[in-house]
Amino acid sequence: MMKKLLIGLFALSVNLLPNMVMAAGPSVPLMEANNDLTDQASLQRGAKLFMNYCLGCHQMQYQRYERTFRDIGIPTEVGLEQLIFDGSKVGSHITNAITKDDAAKWFGAAPPDLTLIARVKSPDYIYTYLKSFYKDESRPFGVNNIVFPLVGMPHVLQELQGLPTPITKEVEEHGHTVTKVIATETDGTGELSVDEYDQAARDLTNFLEYVGEPSRLESEALGIKVIGFLIILFILAFMLKKEYWRDVH
Amino acid sequence: MFGKIIGWIDDRIPMTRVWNMHIAQYPAPKNFNFWYFFGSLAMLVLVNQILTGIWLTMNFVPSAEGAFASVEYIMRDVEYGWLLRYLHSTGASAFFIVVYMHMFRGMIYGSYQKPRELLWLFGMFIFLALMAEAFMGYLLPWGQMSFWGAQVIISLFGAIPVIGDDLTLWIRGDYVISGATLNRFFALHVIALPLVIVILVFLHIVALHEVGSNNPEGIEIKRKKGSVAEEDKPKFKFHEYYTDKKDIVDAIPFHPYYTVKDIVGVVGFLILFCWVVFFMPAMNGFFLEGPNFEAANPLKTPEHIFPVWYFTPFYAILRAIPDKLIGVAAMGASIVVLALLPWVDRGRVKSVRYRCGFHKWNIAGFVVTFVLLGWVGATPQTDLKTIISQICTVTYFMFFVLLFVYSKNEKTKPLPERLTK
Amino acid sequence: MSNAPVDNGRRRFLTIATSVVGGVGAAGAAVPFIASWNPSERAKSAGAPVEVDISKLEPGQLIRVEWRGKPVWVVSRTPKMLEQMKEHEGQLRDPQSQEPQQLESSTNDYRSLRPEIFLAVGICTHLGCSPGFLQGNFGEKVEGTDDGFYCPCHGSKFDMAGRVFQSVPAPLNLEIPPYTFLDETTILVGEERGVA
Repeated sequence: MMKKLLIGLFALSVNLLPNMVMAAGPSVPLMEANNDLTDQASLQRGAKLFMNYCLGCHQMQYQRYERTFRDIGIPTEVGLEQLIFDGSKVGSHITNAITKDDAAKWFGAAPPDLTLIARVKSPDYIYTYLKSFYKDESRPFGVNNIVFPLVGMPHVLQELQGLPTPITKEVEEHGHTVTKVIATETDGTGELSVDEYDQAARDLTNFLEYVGEPSRLESEALGIKVIGFLIILFILAFMLKKEYWRDVH
Repeated sequence: MFGKIIGWIDDRIPMTRVWNMHIAQYPAPKNFNFWYFFGSLAMLVLVNQILTGIWLTMNFVPSAEGAFASVEYIMRDVEYGWLLRYLHSTGASAFFIVVYMHMFRGMIYGSYQKPRELLWLFGMFIFLALMAEAFMGYLLPWGQMSFWGAQVIISLFGAIPVIGDDLTLWIRGDYVISGATLNRFFALHVIALPLVIVILVFLHIVALHEVGSNNPEGIEIKRKKGSVAEEDKPKFKFHEYYTDKKDIVDAIPFHPYYTVKDIVGVVGFLILFCWVVFFMPAMNGFFLEGPNFEAANPLKTPEHIFPVWYFTPFYAILRAIPDKLIGVAAMGASIVVLALLPWVDRGRVKSVRYRCGFHKWNIAGFVVTFVLLGWVGATPQTDLKTIISQICTVTYFMFFVLLFVYSKNEKTKPLPERLTK
Repeated sequence: MSNAPVDNGRRRFLTIATSVVGGVGAAGAAVPFIASWNPSERAKSAGAPVEVDISKLEPGQLIRVEWRGKPVWVVSRTPKMLEQMKEHEGQLRDPQSQEPQQLESSTNDYRSLRPEIFLAVGICTHLGCSPGFLQGNFGEKVEGTDDGFYCPCHGSKFDMAGRVFQSVPAPLNLEIPPYTFLDETTILVGEERGVA
């Protein structure tokens, strides 16, 4: 009876989990990133995108180049030559030279550090964000974003994606009819095709997820071994218990 | 040779005597079930927290400027630092899971009833110290949730009339949560409270061994001297401390029988625990909340603030009441009333197995209430949820009121003479 | 101390097996605690090899650079210094550098990759003080040798190849760090790269 109750409670709590997380997320449905942390080529492309397009403004102040290169399979010499643009040593953190004051002057607020962005938000959020910029002349940088309304940065991947045009829809909200941007459409001016851009966004998302928790793959590899070991120990301990408890009537 | 060393030590401290009295010849009821794993598991988690905690302090920097970065330093630059940190953060949640299970066990089998009132009270003090320990520990990573969670909880003290505002100022040591707060919480978290918890756990076990364990049947294994026939006594040797004054039935020595059984429980627990540590340490944002991966920013409150899951039932009671002082008082009362359980329950029969049918429903209702409160407290407030939390606040306290009423003249089932395994 | 009435072979076997496997588990659980004391990525990064520019190093001059928090000497040895090093070999503890205080590439009469450029970790092998460079007045300590290193703490004496003299407390020659000539005037201290 107790066991059934317990199993029931567990099932209930597991069913509630996704709901609770959804409830805390943004109101716009997110696209699935479907990125793969074991795909080193994707991580390498993502690293390259980050260093070329993001690092100018966003730092990864807790992550080191050397560790990154090692984990995603880039030889140190290659990394030094192709991915470190400011002459930093390979053991340094991935930072830029912008001071907080300067950043605040240019953007109104310092661009957030991106080391942990994938953990603060989620990979799906980042992927959706990268794909949700659209043309909006009323904004200072000429663009807006569906998941991040009134976004305070330009569309830095514009040369890759082009400048998407918004698709709008009339929605009822609290008794008023409002025009909402629900999707975007390519304007064809980017270097990449739609699929290629999706892949680029996925690669960058993948890299950001890796940097958010660089120990993830190591952790899972070790976890399999630890749990395998514990199962063996469990079987032995269970047999030992059974053996001793033959005394108890 | 080995015997000689033992003898030498025994002449100086009572090592063998204590081993026999409390482990090898300690009489434990033979019918402990699943629910009796959680005491030893709580001990295991305590050891895990102390060890990983000591190791984390080796690299943690307790300052507003350095705390967040030092946690990321541990996660990235220190060899196996990520594992030590996840063991500690997962251990915090695991601690509350096993303690809640342990307390629930006490409730269903009436383990708080006479003569175990003090045992229950020590347990409640451990629970209180544990909540303080967890709360202060959560400030240390200095993320957004650390900061704003602490801000909210400390503000609760502001509800106290007259001294409230001065008290919150004094606790923080500043006009907002600051490095001063972080530093004092660090000191309390790593030294003072662990010391208090260890001492309380020691007293909890001393009290347990003095009165002896309860069991799922809720009947005593210690009988009046001379009341038990020789052939009914167990074949095991128990320490004279227990057999001199009482006759003992249906007991087995703690070691080896419950040591080998607890090992099974421990390893089983470790499988689940390691699965979380290695594969999902954030537990969908329940064990490690997403906003806490952003450094504390006194100028920007996160969209939704929740305490960590283990505080949410009590937090929901706080939120249910639209008056600050009454809300805080209700939250405090919800914990105090648990401590008063030995006196609220006026029944003579301990185990739920032999109590009236209404008692079973009352406990089931309490469990549902507690889970619902936890869920409501962990999600953004809506009108519906406010109503749910208000209903649950009432049903939470109703459990105790009803128990007090029906336990006086309860219609119980006849108790068995002996334990069945 | 067991309080069980039976003790058969199966029971003993299972007890031992569980204890051994459990012991292995406990040892495994100790690994992260022990490993976390190793130098972290930050320490390794701070201890990364350092480049030294020796274009302005004059004959007979010594410059100090910091590598892994320790002083490393870079000395330009004059022909006279190299000459005198051969003369006092009889008074040294380990003139042939048989103790592994240097890499294979520096196990020679000069204890260096190039005879005229000498590198050593400037820490006395006795108790860790940093010896002073007695330039021209080392003769007071060892007759017939004008230059050498003298440790102020306990009087240990080393010659211009960092070799320790007899009857002083220091047991070993000075340690030679791994290093590489990146070009004619740049040395990378801390890493020996294969000769190109």
